[in-house]
Amino acid sequence: MTTNGRFPSPFEVPTPEGCEGWKDLYPYYYVFSEDRKEFEDKRFWFQDSMHHPEPLYPFDTITCESWWVALGQNNTRVFIVPPALGIDQRVLNGYLYITALPVANPDDIPARVGHFMERAGYYFQNWDRLYAQWVKKAEDTIAELKAIKVPDLPEMEDLETVVRAGRGITSAYDLVVAYDRAIENMYKIWQLHFEFLNLGYAAYLTFYGFCKNAFPDISDQTVAKLVSGIDVILFRPDEELKRLSQAAIDLGMAGVFKKTIQPDEVLAEMGKSDAGKKWLDELEKSKDPWFYFSTGTGFYHLHRSWIDDLTVPCLAIRGYIEKIEKGETLLRPTAEIRKERDRLAAEYTALMPTDEDKKAFQEQLGLARTVFPYVENHNFYVEHWHHTVFWNKMREFGKVLVKNGFFKEVDDMFYLHRFEVQEALYDLIGAWGSGGEARGPRYWPAIVEKRKALFEKLKNYAPPPALGEPPEVVTEPFTIMLWGITTDSIKRWLQPQGTGDSKQLTGFAGSPGLAEGPARVITSVAELKDVQLGEILVCPITTPSWAPVFPRIKATVTDIGGMMSHAAIVCREYGLPAVIGTGFGTKTIKTGQRLRVDGTSGVVTMLD
Amino acid sequence: MDDEPYILWLDDCDRTSMSLVGGKCASLGDMIKANINVPPGFAVTTAAYRDFLVEAGVGQEIQKILAPLAACPDDVEATEKASLTIRQLMGSSPIPAKIEDSICRAYQELCGECGVADLPVAVRSSATAEDLPDASFAGQQDTTLWVRSAGSVMIRTAICWSSLFTARAISYRVAMGFPHDKVLISVGVQKMANARVAGVMFTLNPSNGDRSTIAIDASWGLGESVVSGMVTPDNFLVNRITKDVIRRVASPKLLEYIPDAEGQKAVVMDVPPERQTALCMTDEEVQAVAILGECLDVYYHYPQDIEWALDRDLPFPRNIVALQCRPETVWSRKPRESIIRQKGGPLDFVVANLLAGVRTGLNHSRED
Repeated sequence: MTTNGRFPSPFEVPTPEGCEGWKDLYPYYYVFSEDRKEFEDKRFWFQDSMHHPEPLYPFDTITCESWWVALGQNNTRVFIVPPALGIDQRVLNGYLYITALPVANPDDIPARVGHFMERAGYYFQNWDRLYAQWVKKAEDTIAELKAIKVPDLPEMEDLETVVRAGRGITSAYDLVVAYDRAIENMYKIWQLHFEFLNLGYAAYLTFYGFCKNAFPDISDQTVAKLVSGIDVILFRPDEELKRLSQAAIDLGMAGVFKKTIQPDEVLAEMGKSDAGKKWLDELEKSKDPWFYFSTGTGFYHLHRSWIDDLTVPCLAIRGYIEKIEKGETLLRPTAEIRKERDRLAAEYTALMPTDEDKKAFQEQLGLARTVFPYVENHNFYVEHWHHTVFWNKMREFGKVLVKNGFFKEVDDMFYLHRFEVQEALYDLIGAWGSGGEARGPRYWPAIVEKRKALFEKLKNYAPPPALGEPPEVVTEPFTIMLWGITTDSIKRWLQPQGTGDSKQLTGFAGSPGLAEGPARVITSVAELKDVQLGEILVCPITTPSWAPVFPRIKATVTDIGGMMSHAAIVCREYGLPAVIGTGFGTKTIKTGQRLRVDGTSGVVTMLD
Repeated sequence: MDDEPYILWLDDCDRTSMSLVGGKCASLGDMIKANINVPPGFAVTTAAYRDFLVEAGVGQEIQKILAPLAACPDDVEATEKASLTIRQLMGSSPIPAKIEDSICRAYQELCGECGVADLPVAVRSSATAEDLPDASFAGQQDTTLWVRSAGSVMIRTAICWSSLFTARAISYRVAMGFPHDKVLISVGVQKMANARVAGVMFTLNPSNGDRSTIAIDASWGLGESVVSGMVTPDNFLVNRITKDVIRRVASPKLLEYIPDAEGQKAVVMDVPPERQTALCMTDEEVQAVAILGECLDVYYHYPQDIEWALDRDLPFPRNIVALQCRPETVWSRKPRESIIRQKGGPLDFVVANLLAGVRTGLNHSRED
């Protein structure tokens, strides 16, 4: 597919068989087109497999489209990042491709430096105050989303609230407004997502570069340890599970989890006794917001959360109960973690060559620590908490449309782009208002069926990792910072893949240590319950919400992810060896196969 | 003075016991107190030497033999003759029973601790007058390796004592006007490392000078195979601060030095195939070796080049012992230059970093 160190042009990639018409799934501005060919063909595009390893459902492009604006505007219009504009997006054969846009004229850079110093400088200097403000804004945005009421369309409007109150406005108007507010709300949370992110990563990675320069052997994990926070919100959901495990023991209800970990059965069993009901009360206390925790990245509507499905929490609680009964302590030793972090910082400072270096190291460490809580915590607010609410809110619209015959199933709506859903809603209210017949029920079901079939084909298609001519050396800061794409990773993509009988896979050294054991290949959350004690988890991607199975496993191997990915952060926290981003782990490794996972060097060896 | 012991275990020695155990043993004791393992052993103290001189009547004889030399300090022949007479006298005079008993008991105890009968030991002189500039004046170089049995230890001890009266030592003292009877000597008796694994380590990465790294080369058997370059050793890198083993490279290790059956010398043997390509140390052992290196680096306030061994006669982690160390010379001699390439505060660094393209080393923690 690739020749002489060049990836195919977006205009020469063939449409997979049976996938003709895929462009109809996406807006006109979102696909490669002859009118912009001159620009598009000059760029180097890479597939965003870190966030979007699967084809994009038409509706789910909303997450990408939201960050398209949000990421870019902060470089381009807000902070004026000296060398970089934003990240441009296109879809090809259903997969998201992105390209980083540089500042076209280098002569503009000096003036941009001045603006950046003033603007970013203000944020860095006032970080804690602005971040506290951010938390409030994020929580308010989530509250606004939750408060949106998705009205049913009644046979007849209410006498009291509409007629006697003289409202003059009906559920039809409320329905389309609710939809618009929800869509706007998604855009708003992503605006907030990137308010701090680019600056946060820039500061962190500057510190990282400084460390690598001073200590060429320092590992990414160690740099993260120097900076990482103590009370990280991302770990809080798991802490809640530990609390609930202890509560089950204290209430004498631990036995329930020995009988079953099927969520329905657990809830039913608990409901039978007073002690069990007390435990259910404790469960309710934990749920909001800590169970708004996605079992995926949160980017896709398919990524359901603990609040939707208690399988992962129940599984975890059983494991924790076993540990507590064995006398193990589950509390995070925060005092020790803090002490260790301080020790590392002091010893690295002492090894710096000069006093000037020591001072610079301390200052940059200080800034990195200031920004890092945002880097660590923003995902909980946005991708987990907000998106859990968002996808479920969208399903409420889906229910209305199902009820009115537009779709067979609620999730069918995600095969429509958000603009198409809006069209459908206007179709619906037109018919409801007039008392006529909506076209939707005769129009959409067939389209959805066709798109579902198309989608299955797109899922089995292996998209080229990149398009166009790659730069000789990757220097674009955001490509490196946010996606971990380097000159080396591009070289790796250009090599023929999956050839020979290699018994080794390489990836990023996500979390140090060495482990051997049988593999358990998992491709969906539902299979998590099959994981046996002492196995090595092999999965497409792990997210923090999978962490509860970590006490059962010896190591983790993922297809996707980079050093800063959540999987790496959580594995380090659990002290589990992890090799992240092997590319083909789940396709190459079979359940039961013995593996050696070296999380320090990033190598997985298949021993059978 | 009578209550001074004849034997002091190295663990109990330190610089305050210098006058009793000499410089070499005091420094080994100091290292042990700084958590630096060395092969176990004991010092035969200066009290033993002094009582030997008094009780065997040797001291008075020596004074008589040396007295005439004061008048003719440059008479080489007379000095040589006096030296020979004294050394014969010391070698033939019986060691008082209570001294002999002490040495014998200490040696047996050391054998017992290591679980080896007739444990091979090294016997070395350890002089007390360390502040005198010429190290050789007190026969400090006197060392005998692979000494086995209490009887042999006794003989080598007497020889070490007599090394105080080499012609060179005598004429040096005469020339400096230093009284012969004021110089005392101690003898160190230390287990020969019976290395299952041994090697060399640097308390920095010799390939890039990174001082947060400890680099270890290790192979089967005694360290000679690594020092001489006879085998390509396994290579380990350890983060000095976190103690994470950041790299392990196994090499084919075809040969090893092991002590021969008599324990008198080391012989070269083929390594059995199953051990050739296996890593010769576990992570736990690698980390313990690195900790030994770190302690030595801290002790000497300078990067070190260390010979070490993993002794098969001792339990982990006591078995990880330092044998030799010297200052690292390649990276440590270079002036330590600042790594900063621009002025200003953290924001200036952020801007410079963005302009340069974030360091392309990102995500390259994995080995090449």
